[in-house]
Amino acid sequence: MTMHQALPGDDTHSVDSTRPAYNYAYLDEQTKRMIRRALLKAVAVPGYQVPFGSREMPLARGWGTGGIQVTAAIIGPDDTLKVIDQGADDTTNAVSIRRFFEKTADARTTEATEQATIIQTRHRIPEAPLTAGQIMVYQVPQPEPLRKLEPREAETRKMHAWAEYGLMQVKLYENIARFGEVTTTYDYPVMINGRYIMAPSPIPKFDNPKMHMSPALQLFGAGREKRIYALPPHTSVRSLDFEDHPFRIQSWTQPCALCAASDSYLDEVVIDDQGSRMFVCSDSHHCETRRADGHRGTMLGDATASGLVEESKS
Amino acid sequence: MTVHASLPDTALDPAPLLSVAGVSRFYGERVGCKDVSFDLWPGEVLGIVGESGSGKSTLLRCLAGIDQPDAGEVLFRGLDTPLDIYSVPEQERRRLMRTAWGIVHQNPRDGLRMDVSAGGNVGERLMDRGDRHYGQIRERALDWLSRVEISGSRIDDRPRQFSGGMQQRLQIARVLVSEPRLVFMDEPTGGLDVSVQAKLLDLLRVLVRDLGLAAIIVTHDLAVARLLTDRLMVMKDGHVVEQGLTDQVLDDPHHAYTQLLTSAVLSV
Repeated sequence: MTMHQALPGDDTHSVDSTRPAYNYAYLDEQTKRMIRRALLKAVAVPGYQVPFGSREMPLARGWGTGGIQVTAAIIGPDDTLKVIDQGADDTTNAVSIRRFFEKTADARTTEATEQATIIQTRHRIPEAPLTAGQIMVYQVPQPEPLRKLEPREAETRKMHAWAEYGLMQVKLYENIARFGEVTTTYDYPVMINGRYIMAPSPIPKFDNPKMHMSPALQLFGAGREKRIYALPPHTSVRSLDFEDHPFRIQSWTQPCALCAASDSYLDEVVIDDQGSRMFVCSDSHHCETRRADGHRGTMLGDATASGLVEESKS
Repeated sequence: MTVHASLPDTALDPAPLLSVAGVSRFYGERVGCKDVSFDLWPGEVLGIVGESGSGKSTLLRCLAGIDQPDAGEVLFRGLDTPLDIYSVPEQERRRLMRTAWGIVHQNPRDGLRMDVSAGGNVGERLMDRGDRHYGQIRERALDWLSRVEISGSRIDDRPRQFSGGMQQRLQIARVLVSEPRLVFMDEPTGGLDVSVQAKLLDLLRVLVRDLGLAAIIVTHDLAVARLLTDRLMVMKDGHVVEQGLTDQVLDDPHHAYTQLLTSAVLSV
């Protein structure tokens, strides 16, 4: 770690070939302190959007700069980082962000949810239950749940300050009036600790119940919109609904085609030109773990049967 | 006469709903409205008339809690305790505006959410105050749409698909659904053609009488004032020049300006 850390009394201005051009975890210490202050405030007031001085990151805003900055501010050499994008560990963005922290923060990385101390995510919460001591970091494109209903920032701040949340309900009313049910399936607004309405980032509403009373700390970073908010462990998270139209999560008619899980969030994958499709777990690590445990879905190919590979000894 | 008349009045109705004392608002050097005082009793409809630029709308905005007056106080007695609306925090004032008060804007676009369906517009105040039963909200919305003579089949249409008169009626339904004690109307019939105006006035008259609302109506149309209001206040250059019972003021105007105003009405 010291390799990257500029020591306070370090006044050697000579060119040092062993010293990289950036600080530990990429951001300078001042910035990290600023973000940590924002995080502390966010944890103290669950669901409240704390403004912070979002920095330029070496990737475009909207690609997870908020999440990366939060991770950079909290990561240390003892941490194990897992990054998922749409539930998968092996997508471009997830791989790149993992490599970024391997390079700049000497972080250990993993794909196993249980082993991770920090999980940075876009669009999903892992299927495996989170445990105390773990930190979820969400990448948030639009932190303001009321934005589409009320474009004025000054007005939305007043609405949050005084808990004037009738308008959010109007949005759900409009859904039911037009489609017969609430059709919002991702970024489904939640009430935090009975006080603030919060955008849970674009996770499917399937994952909303997992946030409720979760033992893990959950942090949300919106880089472009320069907001941080948080959900401390064991905080109540209620998805908004009507008494006669209660909140429901998505369900599928068939289990995962690869691991036969019937209780996980499934992605629909079109597999040929005839419109055939399969449903597979969106959480790739969860799916792999189940397959390793011997669960077999209907469409799981058998590589050993083809004779091209040897039988694995797992 | 006043001594005799006021005795049974005070016994019947001890307190006015709204007491306005010395409300003034200035725009820099210019006077918006100056030193306006009056009382409004429950169930009473007060008209404010005057030419364009006489300070009618300025006064209404001060009374309705939209603009802070530079001097004076507005005391509202519709709740359990009398409330000086400019001494309470903005939060309190906003809650008042959403529940016990209603404001009907001259332009329906200012009062409606144009991209939310008619039902959602009417239901918003119910959801604001915490109603969370979709079926009941919809039922109330349907009931109110029928009261303002909008067909129930249009409940899921957006206001932008409505005609001007329907938008205005929708705005009225949206305001009245929370059963306010006091309604402010700024030129409710402005920009509508005469036959639609007549229908709207009819409707307003019925609603105001049925619900026992107190209302303050700003208008420059003396016919509207005569039809709807019990009492009239005539404004000129930001000052109230004359006030009294509507028929009295219109039929026997005392102030020179009021005489000018009443004689300027076109009769067809």
